[in-house]
Amino acid sequence: MSNSQTTTTDHPALVHQFDDMVQQKEASTFGMWVFLLTEIMMFGGLFAAYLIYRLKYYDAFVAGSSSIDVTWGFINTLVLIGSSLTMALAVSAAQRGVRRQQQVFLVLTMVLGTVFLGVKAIEYKQKYDEHHIPGGFFQTFAPTDIAHDLVEKEGKTPEAASQIAERTQIFFCFYFAMTGLHALHMIMGLVLMTWLLVRAGHGEFGPQYYTPVELGGLYWHFVDIVWIYLFPLLYLINRTHGK
Amino acid sequence: MTEGAHPTHKVYYLVFLALVIGTVLTFVVAKIDLGFLNPIIALAIACTKATLVILFFMHVRYSSKLTMLTVAAGFFWLMILITLSLSDYLTRGVIKP
Repeated sequence: MSNSQTTTTDHPALVHQFDDMVQQKEASTFGMWVFLLTEIMMFGGLFAAYLIYRLKYYDAFVAGSSSIDVTWGFINTLVLIGSSLTMALAVSAAQRGVRRQQQVFLVLTMVLGTVFLGVKAIEYKQKYDEHHIPGGFFQTFAPTDIAHDLVEKEGKTPEAASQIAERTQIFFCFYFAMTGLHALHMIMGLVLMTWLLVRAGHGEFGPQYYTPVELGGLYWHFVDIVWIYLFPLLYLINRTHGK
Repeated sequence: MTEGAHPTHKVYYLVFLALVIGTVLTFVVAKIDLGFLNPIIALAIACTKATLVILFFMHVRYSSKLTMLTVAAGFFWLMILITLSLSDYLTRGVIKP
Protein backbone atom coordinates (compact mmCIF):
# COMPACT_ATOMS: atom_id res chain seq x y z
CA MET A 1 0.00 0.00 0.00
CA SER A 2 2.85 2.40 0.82
CA ASN A 3 4.20 1.88 -2.67
CA SER A 4 0.95 2.96 -4.34
CA GLN A 5 0.63 5.91 -1.98
CA THR A 6 3.94 7.43 -3.05
CA THR A 7 2.73 7.34 -6.66
CA THR A 8 -0.71 8.80 -5.92
CA THR A 9 0.18 11.71 -3.60
CA ASP A 10 1.86 13.88 -6.26
CA HIS A 11 -0.63 13.56 -9.12
CA PRO A 12 -1.45 16.96 -10.76
CA ALA A 13 -5.21 16.25 -10.42
CA LEU A 14 -4.96 15.75 -6.63
CA VAL A 15 -6.51 18.66 -4.73
CA HIS A 16 -4.96 19.67 -1.43
CA GLN A 17 -7.69 18.55 0.99
CA PHE A 18 -7.22 14.86 0.09
CA ASP A 19 -4.40 12.59 1.23
CA ASP A 20 -4.15 10.63 -2.01
CA MET A 21 -5.96 9.80 -5.26
CA VAL A 22 -7.83 6.84 -3.77
CA GLN A 23 -9.37 9.00 -1.05
CA GLN A 24 -10.21 11.72 -3.58
CA LYS A 25 -11.93 9.24 -5.91
CA GLU A 26 -13.93 7.75 -3.03
CA ALA A 27 -15.14 11.23 -1.99
CA SER A 28 -16.06 12.12 -5.59
CA THR A 29 -17.97 8.87 -6.10
CA PHE A 30 -19.89 9.42 -2.86
CA GLY A 31 -20.73 12.98 -3.93
CA MET A 32 -21.93 11.81 -7.35
CA TRP A 33 -24.18 9.17 -5.79
CA VAL A 34 -25.67 11.73 -3.41
CA PHE A 35 -26.47 13.86 -6.46
CA LEU A 36 -28.03 10.84 -8.18
CA LEU A 37 -30.17 10.24 -5.07
CA THR A 38 -31.63 13.74 -5.49
CA GLU A 39 -32.36 12.72 -9.08
CA ILE A 40 -34.12 9.58 -7.83
CA MET A 41 -36.21 11.85 -5.60
CA MET A 42 -37.15 14.09 -8.55
CA PHE A 43 -38.09 11.23 -10.90
CA GLY A 44 -39.52 9.26 -7.96
CA GLY A 45 -42.08 12.00 -7.31
CA LEU A 46 -43.19 11.77 -10.93
CA PHE A 47 -43.35 7.96 -10.81
CA ALA A 48 -45.44 8.02 -7.61
CA ALA A 49 -47.85 10.59 -9.08
CA TYR A 50 -48.04 8.49 -12.26
CA LEU A 51 -48.95 5.35 -10.26
CA ILE A 52 -51.70 7.11 -8.30
CA TYR A 53 -53.32 8.58 -11.42
CA ARG A 54 -52.93 5.32 -13.30
CA LEU A 55 -54.93 3.57 -10.56
CA LYS A 56 -57.57 6.29 -10.64
CA TYR A 57 -57.96 6.64 -14.43
CA TYR A 58 -56.83 3.21 -15.62
CA ASP A 59 -59.04 3.13 -18.78
CA ALA A 60 -57.76 6.53 -19.89
CA PHE A 61 -54.15 5.47 -19.28
CA VAL A 62 -54.65 2.32 -21.38
CA ALA A 63 -56.27 4.34 -24.21
CA GLY A 64 -53.48 6.94 -24.14
CA SER A 65 -50.69 4.35 -23.90
CA SER A 66 -52.14 2.30 -26.78
CA SER A 67 -52.16 5.36 -29.05
CA ILE A 68 -48.34 5.54 -28.90
CA ASP A 69 -46.32 3.69 -31.55
CA VAL A 70 -44.54 1.07 -29.43
CA THR A 71 -41.96 0.20 -32.12
CA TRP A 72 -40.12 3.51 -31.72
CA GLY A 73 -40.03 3.09 -27.95
CA PHE A 74 -38.69 -0.44 -28.33
CA ILE A 75 -35.94 0.71 -30.74
CA ASN A 76 -35.05 3.57 -28.39
CA THR A 77 -34.70 1.18 -25.44
CA LEU A 78 -32.19 -0.90 -27.43
CA VAL A 79 -30.35 2.27 -28.54
CA LEU A 80 -30.03 3.46 -24.94
CA ILE A 81 -28.85 0.07 -23.68
CA GLY A 82 -26.23 0.09 -26.46
CA SER A 83 -25.09 3.56 -25.39
CA SER A 84 -24.70 2.29 -21.82
CA LEU A 85 -22.42 -0.47 -23.12
CA THR A 86 -20.24 1.99 -25.08
CA MET A 87 -20.14 4.25 -22.02
CA ALA A 88 -18.96 1.38 -19.80
CA LEU A 89 -16.27 0.59 -22.41
CA ALA A 90 -15.25 4.28 -22.50
CA VAL A 91 -14.74 4.22 -18.71
CA SER A 92 -12.68 1.05 -19.07
CA ALA A 93 -10.56 2.70 -21.80
CA ALA A 94 -10.04 5.76 -19.59
CA GLN A 95 -8.94 3.53 -16.72
CA ARG A 96 -6.39 1.87 -18.99
CA GLY A 97 -5.36 5.26 -20.37
CA VAL A 98 -5.90 4.32 -24.03
CA ARG A 99 -6.67 7.71 -25.54
CA ARG A 100 -7.93 6.58 -28.97
CA GLN A 101 -10.40 4.07 -27.49
CA GLN A 102 -11.71 6.64 -25.00
CA GLN A 103 -12.48 9.01 -27.87
CA VAL A 104 -14.06 6.31 -30.07
CA PHE A 105 -16.35 5.04 -27.30
CA LEU A 106 -17.30 8.52 -26.09
CA VAL A 107 -18.22 9.52 -29.66
CA LEU A 108 -20.20 6.28 -30.10
CA THR A 109 -22.08 7.02 -26.87
CA MET A 110 -22.87 10.52 -28.12
CA VAL A 111 -24.02 9.18 -31.52
CA LEU A 112 -26.39 6.70 -29.85
CA GLY A 113 -27.63 9.43 -27.49
CA THR A 114 -28.35 11.66 -30.48
CA VAL A 115 -30.17 8.81 -32.27
CA PHE A 116 -32.32 8.42 -29.15
CA LEU A 117 -33.22 12.12 -29.17
CA GLY A 118 -33.93 11.96 -32.92
CA VAL A 119 -36.37 9.09 -32.45
CA LYS A 120 -37.94 11.00 -29.55
CA ALA A 121 -38.44 13.98 -31.89
CA ILE A 122 -40.20 11.70 -34.43
CA GLU A 123 -42.47 10.40 -31.66
CA TYR A 124 -43.30 13.90 -30.42
CA LYS A 125 -44.09 14.94 -34.01
CA GLN A 126 -46.50 12.00 -34.30
CA LYS A 127 -48.31 13.06 -31.13
CA TYR A 128 -48.37 16.66 -32.39
CA ASP A 129 -49.87 15.57 -35.72
CA GLU A 130 -52.51 13.51 -33.91
CA HIS A 131 -53.46 16.52 -31.73
CA HIS A 132 -52.53 14.55 -28.61
CA ILE A 133 -50.84 17.46 -26.85
CA PRO A 134 -52.86 18.16 -23.67
CA GLY A 135 -54.53 21.55 -23.56
CA GLY A 136 -57.19 23.66 -25.24
CA PHE A 137 -56.82 22.08 -28.67
CA PHE A 138 -56.59 18.46 -27.47
CA GLN A 139 -58.30 16.19 -30.03
CA THR A 140 -59.83 19.21 -31.80
CA PHE A 141 -60.09 18.44 -35.56
CA ALA A 142 -57.83 15.49 -34.81
CA PRO A 143 -57.12 12.93 -37.57
CA THR A 144 -57.55 10.17 -34.96
CA ASP A 145 -60.46 9.91 -32.56
CA ILE A 146 -59.79 8.12 -29.27
CA ALA A 147 -63.47 8.17 -28.24
CA HIS A 148 -64.59 6.72 -31.60
CA ASP A 149 -62.01 3.91 -31.32
CA LEU A 150 -63.19 3.09 -27.80
CA VAL A 151 -66.80 2.71 -29.01
CA GLU A 152 -65.79 0.64 -32.06
CA LYS A 153 -63.12 -1.65 -30.59
CA GLU A 154 -63.88 -1.81 -26.86
CA GLY A 155 -67.68 -1.60 -27.02
CA LYS A 156 -67.90 1.40 -24.68
CA THR A 157 -70.97 3.60 -24.61
CA PRO A 158 -70.45 6.96 -26.38
CA GLU A 159 -70.73 8.86 -23.07
CA ALA A 160 -68.16 6.68 -21.30
CA ALA A 161 -65.89 6.77 -24.36
CA SER A 162 -65.85 10.56 -24.61
CA GLN A 163 -65.13 10.84 -20.88
CA ILE A 164 -62.22 8.40 -21.13
CA ALA A 165 -60.89 10.21 -24.22
CA GLU A 166 -61.01 13.52 -22.37
CA ARG A 167 -59.08 12.01 -19.47
CA THR A 168 -56.29 10.62 -21.68
CA GLN A 169 -54.94 14.17 -21.37
CA ILE A 170 -53.78 13.24 -17.87
CA PHE A 171 -51.83 10.34 -19.36
CA PHE A 172 -50.30 12.59 -22.03
CA CYS A 173 -49.33 15.15 -19.36
CA PHE A 174 -47.32 12.43 -17.62
CA TYR A 175 -45.98 11.16 -20.94
CA PHE A 176 -44.62 14.54 -21.97
CA ALA A 177 -43.42 15.55 -18.49
CA MET A 178 -41.57 12.29 -17.85
CA THR A 179 -40.08 11.73 -21.30
CA GLY A 180 -39.38 15.48 -21.55
CA LEU A 181 -37.46 15.54 -18.28
CA HIS A 182 -35.66 12.40 -19.39
CA ALA A 183 -34.77 13.95 -22.77
CA LEU A 184 -33.44 17.04 -20.94
CA HIS A 185 -31.16 14.72 -18.99
CA MET A 186 -29.99 13.15 -22.26
CA ILE A 187 -29.11 16.60 -23.62
CA MET A 188 -27.17 17.35 -20.41
CA GLY A 189 -25.46 13.98 -20.84
CA LEU A 190 -24.35 14.96 -24.36
CA VAL A 191 -22.87 18.22 -22.98
CA LEU A 192 -21.06 16.16 -20.33
CA MET A 193 -19.74 13.75 -22.98
CA THR A 194 -18.41 16.66 -25.08
CA TRP A 195 -16.51 17.96 -22.06
CA LEU A 196 -15.10 14.49 -21.34
CA LEU A 197 -14.14 14.09 -25.01
CA VAL A 198 -12.08 17.31 -24.92
CA ARG A 199 -10.32 16.25 -21.71
CA ALA A 200 -9.73 12.76 -23.08
CA GLY A 201 -8.19 14.40 -26.16
CA HIS A 202 -5.69 16.18 -23.90
CA GLY A 203 -4.73 12.79 -22.49
CA GLU A 204 -5.77 13.70 -18.96
CA PHE A 205 -7.08 10.28 -18.00
CA GLY A 206 -5.15 7.20 -16.98
CA PRO A 207 -5.01 4.48 -14.34
CA GLN A 208 -4.33 7.04 -11.55
CA TYR A 209 -7.04 9.49 -12.54
CA TYR A 210 -10.19 8.80 -14.56
CA THR A 211 -12.81 9.94 -12.02
CA PRO A 212 -14.60 12.41 -14.39
CA VAL A 213 -15.22 9.64 -16.96
CA GLU A 214 -16.33 7.23 -14.22
CA LEU A 215 -18.78 9.77 -12.77
CA GLY A 216 -19.99 10.85 -16.23
CA GLY A 217 -20.67 7.16 -16.79
CA LEU A 218 -22.70 6.97 -13.55
CA TYR A 219 -24.85 9.84 -14.79
CA TRP A 220 -25.36 8.26 -18.21
CA HIS A 221 -26.29 4.87 -16.75
CA PHE A 222 -28.71 6.55 -14.35
CA VAL A 223 -30.53 8.19 -17.28
CA ASP A 224 -30.61 4.75 -18.92
CA ILE A 225 -32.22 3.23 -15.79
CA VAL A 226 -34.94 5.90 -15.80
CA TRP A 227 -35.78 4.91 -19.38
CA ILE A 228 -35.79 1.19 -18.46
CA TYR A 229 -38.76 2.04 -16.18
CA LEU A 230 -40.38 4.60 -18.48
CA PHE A 231 -40.64 2.16 -21.41
CA PRO A 232 -42.97 -0.43 -19.80
CA LEU A 233 -44.83 2.17 -17.73
CA LEU A 234 -45.70 4.52 -20.61
CA TYR A 235 -45.72 2.31 -23.72
CA LEU A 236 -46.91 -1.07 -22.47
CA ILE A 237 -49.72 -0.43 -19.97
CA ASN A 238 -52.08 -2.80 -21.75
CA ARG A 239 -51.18 -3.99 -25.23
CA THR A 240 -53.14 -7.23 -25.15
CA HIS A 241 -56.10 -5.77 -27.07
CA GLY A 242 -55.47 -5.47 -30.80
CA LYS A 243 -52.26 -3.60 -31.74
CA MET B 1 -7.33 -4.73 -5.21
CA THR B 2 -11.03 -5.35 -4.79
CA GLU B 3 -12.19 -1.77 -4.25
CA GLY B 4 -12.33 0.27 -7.42
CA ALA B 5 -11.63 -2.80 -9.54
CA HIS B 6 -13.63 -3.09 -12.74
CA PRO B 7 -15.19 -6.09 -14.45
CA THR B 8 -13.74 -7.50 -17.64
CA HIS B 9 -15.18 -6.60 -21.04
CA LYS B 10 -16.74 -10.06 -21.22
CA VAL B 11 -18.92 -9.14 -18.21
CA TYR B 12 -20.00 -5.92 -19.96
CA TYR B 13 -21.02 -7.80 -23.11
CA LEU B 14 -22.91 -10.42 -21.09
CA VAL B 15 -24.79 -7.71 -19.17
CA PHE B 16 -25.59 -5.98 -22.47
CA LEU B 17 -26.93 -9.27 -23.86
CA ALA B 18 -29.07 -9.80 -20.74
CA LEU B 19 -30.46 -6.26 -21.08
CA VAL B 20 -31.39 -6.84 -24.74
CA ILE B 21 -33.07 -10.15 -23.88
CA GLY B 22 -34.95 -8.41 -21.05
CA THR B 23 -36.16 -5.68 -23.41
CA VAL B 24 -37.38 -8.18 -26.02
CA LEU B 25 -39.04 -10.24 -23.26
CA THR B 26 -40.91 -7.18 -21.91
CA PHE B 27 -42.08 -6.38 -25.44
CA VAL B 28 -43.31 -9.94 -26.15
CA VAL B 29 -44.93 -10.58 -22.74
CA ALA B 30 -46.85 -7.27 -22.97
CA LYS B 31 -48.80 -8.68 -25.96
CA ILE B 32 -49.95 -11.78 -24.05
CA ASP B 33 -52.97 -11.34 -21.80
CA LEU B 34 -51.97 -12.48 -18.31
CA GLY B 35 -54.43 -10.31 -16.42
CA PHE B 36 -53.05 -8.67 -13.28
CA LEU B 37 -49.68 -10.40 -13.82
CA ASN B 38 -48.82 -8.22 -16.86
CA PRO B 39 -47.69 -5.08 -14.98
CA ILE B 40 -46.01 -7.20 -12.29
CA ILE B 41 -43.91 -9.09 -14.86
CA ALA B 42 -43.08 -5.86 -16.72
CA LEU B 43 -41.87 -4.21 -13.50
CA ALA B 44 -40.00 -7.33 -12.40
CA ILE B 45 -38.06 -7.36 -15.68
CA ALA B 46 -37.41 -3.61 -15.40
CA CYS B 47 -36.09 -4.05 -11.85
CA THR B 48 -33.83 -6.90 -12.94
CA LYS B 49 -32.44 -4.78 -15.79
CA ALA B 50 -31.91 -1.78 -13.48
CA THR B 51 -30.13 -3.99 -10.93
CA LEU B 52 -27.78 -5.33 -13.62
CA VAL B 53 -26.94 -1.79 -14.76
CA ILE B 54 -26.34 -0.61 -11.18
CA LEU B 55 -24.21 -3.59 -10.14
CA PHE B 56 -22.03 -3.94 -13.24
CA PHE B 57 -22.16 -0.84 -15.48
CA MET B 58 -22.16 1.48 -12.46
CA HIS B 59 -19.58 -0.71 -10.67
CA VAL B 60 -21.52 -0.82 -7.39
CA ARG B 61 -20.67 -4.51 -7.03
CA TYR B 62 -16.99 -3.50 -7.01
CA SER B 63 -17.42 -0.37 -4.86
CA SER B 64 -16.83 0.41 -1.21
CA LYS B 65 -19.44 -0.31 1.45
CA LEU B 66 -20.12 3.43 1.75
CA THR B 67 -21.19 3.60 -1.92
CA MET B 68 -23.33 0.46 -1.59
CA LEU B 69 -25.05 1.89 1.49
CA THR B 70 -25.67 5.21 -0.30
CA VAL B 71 -27.27 3.47 -3.29
CA ALA B 72 -29.36 1.21 -1.06
CA ALA B 73 -30.53 4.23 0.97
CA GLY B 74 -31.71 5.95 -2.23
CA PHE B 75 -33.82 3.02 -3.36
CA PHE B 76 -35.08 2.39 0.17
CA TRP B 77 -36.30 5.99 0.19
CA LEU B 78 -38.06 5.43 -3.14
CA MET B 79 -39.78 2.36 -1.70
CA ILE B 80 -40.99 4.43 1.29
CA LEU B 81 -42.39 7.07 -1.08
CA ILE B 82 -44.27 4.58 -3.24
CA THR B 83 -45.38 2.13 -0.54
CA LEU B 84 -46.71 4.74 1.87
CA SER B 85 -48.41 6.77 -0.89
CA LEU B 86 -50.12 3.70 -2.32
CA SER B 87 -51.05 2.32 1.11
CA ASP B 88 -53.10 5.50 1.43
CA TYR B 89 -54.64 5.63 -2.05
CA LEU B 90 -55.28 1.90 -2.38
CA THR B 91 -57.10 1.61 0.96
CA ARG B 92 -59.36 4.65 0.75
CA GLY B 93 -62.96 3.67 1.38
CA VAL B 94 -61.99 0.22 2.71
CA ILE B 95 -62.87 1.22 6.24
CA LYS B 96 -66.13 3.13 6.42
CA PRO B 97 -66.03 6.03 8.90
